[in-house]
Amino acid sequence: MFSLVAVNHLAVKHCEQIFGIMAGSAWRSMLTQVVGGTVRRCTLNSVHLSKGMQTVTLIPGDGIGPEISSAVVKIFQAANAPVSWEERNVTAIKGPGGRWMIPPDAKESMDRSKIGLKGPLKTPIAAGHPSMNLLLRKTFDLYANVRPCISIEGYKTPYTDVDLVTIRENTEGEYSGIEHQIVDGVVQSIKLITENASRRIAEYAFEYARNNQRSSVTAVHKANIMRMSDGLFLRKCREVAESYKDIKFTEMYLDTVCLNMVQDPTQFDVLVMPNLYGDILSDLCAGLIGGLGVTPSGNIGANGVAIFESVHGTAPDIAGLDLANPTALLLSGVMMLRHMGLHDHAHKIQKACFDTIREKKVLTKDLGGNSKCSEFTADICRRVQDLD
Amino acid sequence: IVVYGGRHTVTLIPGDGIGPELLNHVREVFRFSCVPVDFEVVHVNSALETDDDMNNAITAIRRNGVALKGNIETKHTLPASVKSRNNVLRTSLDLYANVMHCQSLPGVQTRHKNIDIMIIRENTEGEYSSLEHESVSGVVESLKIITRNNSLRIAEYAFQLARDKGRRRVTAVHKANIMKLGDGLFLQCCKEVASGYPDITFDSMIVDNTTMQLVSKPQQFDVMVMPNLYGNVVSNVCAGLVGGPGLVPGANYGRDYAVFETATRNTGKSIAGRNIANPTALLLASCMMLDHLELNDHATSIRNAVLTTMNETRLHTADIGGQGTTLEVVQSIMRIIQSKGQLTSEF
Repeated sequence: MFSLVAVNHLAVKHCEQIFGIMAGSAWRSMLTQVVGGTVRRCTLNSVHLSKGMQTVTLIPGDGIGPEISSAVVKIFQAANAPVSWEERNVTAIKGPGGRWMIPPDAKESMDRSKIGLKGPLKTPIAAGHPSMNLLLRKTFDLYANVRPCISIEGYKTPYTDVDLVTIRENTEGEYSGIEHQIVDGVVQSIKLITENASRRIAEYAFEYARNNQRSSVTAVHKANIMRMSDGLFLRKCREVAESYKDIKFTEMYLDTVCLNMVQDPTQFDVLVMPNLYGDILSDLCAGLIGGLGVTPSGNIGANGVAIFESVHGTAPDIAGLDLANPTALLLSGVMMLRHMGLHDHAHKIQKACFDTIREKKVLTKDLGGNSKCSEFTADICRRVQDLD
Repeated sequence: IVVYGGRHTVTLIPGDGIGPELLNHVREVFRFSCVPVDFEVVHVNSALETDDDMNNAITAIRRNGVALKGNIETKHTLPASVKSRNNVLRTSLDLYANVMHCQSLPGVQTRHKNIDIMIIRENTEGEYSSLEHESVSGVVESLKIITRNNSLRIAEYAFQLARDKGRRRVTAVHKANIMKLGDGLFLQCCKEVASGYPDITFDSMIVDNTTMQLVSKPQQFDVMVMPNLYGNVVSNVCAGLVGGPGLVPGANYGRDYAVFETATRNTGKSIAGRNIANPTALLLASCMMLDHLELNDHATSIRNAVLTTMNETRLHTADIGGQGTTLEVVQSIMRIIQSKGQLTSEF
């Protein structure tokens, strides 16, 4: 059987001969069309070896981070996922010139592997350096935050059948950090919207929709009030939509989205929006399916780096007590496997996880049970092996 | 407030979408109940670029002191210099407090029960300052302004209202971990005002956590105070939780003027002219207006009739799962008013 790499190369050569070198996404779409459905889609620049192991940089994090990370590693092993982990620490260090940066070995590992899985990081107060999440975002230009929110069968919330994805622009907008006190008692915060960042996130959203068989993309905005800034964002979304006629494009005011979301979340598919609205909406949607303890998240960078993470806190009060719930990190790992094209493994692990939750026999405390993290993990491992 | 010969004059702005038809129903109910209010109607054409219509409307409200309005559409095809008319109205009249009371209604089917939240939203500054510029081509800055004066003012309003209504807790919603100066100032002002109200508990919550809490446990909230944009998000989430945009009334209060409308300010273009819109929100808003004019008996009579139709007769429009038309609901309300034995006109 051809290795997928060989098939990819043949297809590429075929394309190049006939069409010449084409740019970016046009080439990638052509690639998948020529080779057909047997090719696992390569998202962005991730080329993978089908037979060999792929390296992933693992950042366990703080608090409950290490224990949930090792739970995920165990489950991946039980599933025979072709992933080899490179564990790295991410604490801010002062580089030459006095600028804060992440440790060079962490950066080197991530630049090489292009894929990362990260646990929760402590937010430093008065540590003198910015938050690690911010540093990571700047180092790898993580411009898109992606959160798929799917109702977990067996974990009851007032909302069922939620199946949507929020895609949030993660570099500018209201979080540009540019604030100043003009005169005593008057503060001005600047929201920055640029053409390039808006176009980039819109392109990612439509590309994601296409690659994941989603049928519509909705731009969320407040262009009635912020005519110029959100107006620019909206215009870019409309322009990009022209190149993706197969995906339905709609626009909706932020308040209307909130209003409709809590009444009927099934009407939404993929949502794309600037930073602040994305922050609020992605957490709102996480609330619909059960909270941050069960919600996966991925961050996509400009040069092919993708870091998947759990977005809950470090829970220092239960750290080291084998009580933590690894679901969020595990589902982020599943998202990661899909990004890497390892759909079978992703499906197996997700199914095992959902089955364990549905059975309600070994749930951690936050899910309503009183089992240990290790028991929960062992149950998933067992199911994963049985699924083989 | 203008009273002449015992009759009040109130400015009425029909707006777009479902505004005109629903406000006609309000006038009909008022006429039927012999409410001593005359409406001075001012039209605002949202398709025009000029400000004349809005200036007329604002002058009329200054003259009468009180207004009832539908939402005015903001057309995106007009240049960005044409600001949202609704926003212009709020800032020109300095209607600094937007107040919304979200309560679960027994007759309406919702996922969450026993919700009773008062939302007080700063209504004039914050992200709605309409101060934007394109520094270079493709780079736009939008300014969010937070001032000490307005933050103190809205916090004061919130705590005073909480005390007047016997509420026990005020929660400030913010994002001060990211917007340290702006939301930090807002939070600081809330804390200062809170210290003057030791009988009321004060706490704060970050806006993204707030929305998550609202969709899982909304019963934990009592009174909430926040800057403009978060107010937009939170009020729409709460309206959705209790049954939708057709149910909740809203009020905009300034020192000298008061304007009443639906809480979520929707134009409802897609359902306009089809006799299916829910008249509840605007009717309840008109009752809030009557209370403001100290016509409390009329306010209570109409409000009770609206709630009886909602909770006992259960005549519902489509947005809350029923099959009644707007007219049927309004007529039911009028019948109930008549049955209580008060003075009414003919149907």
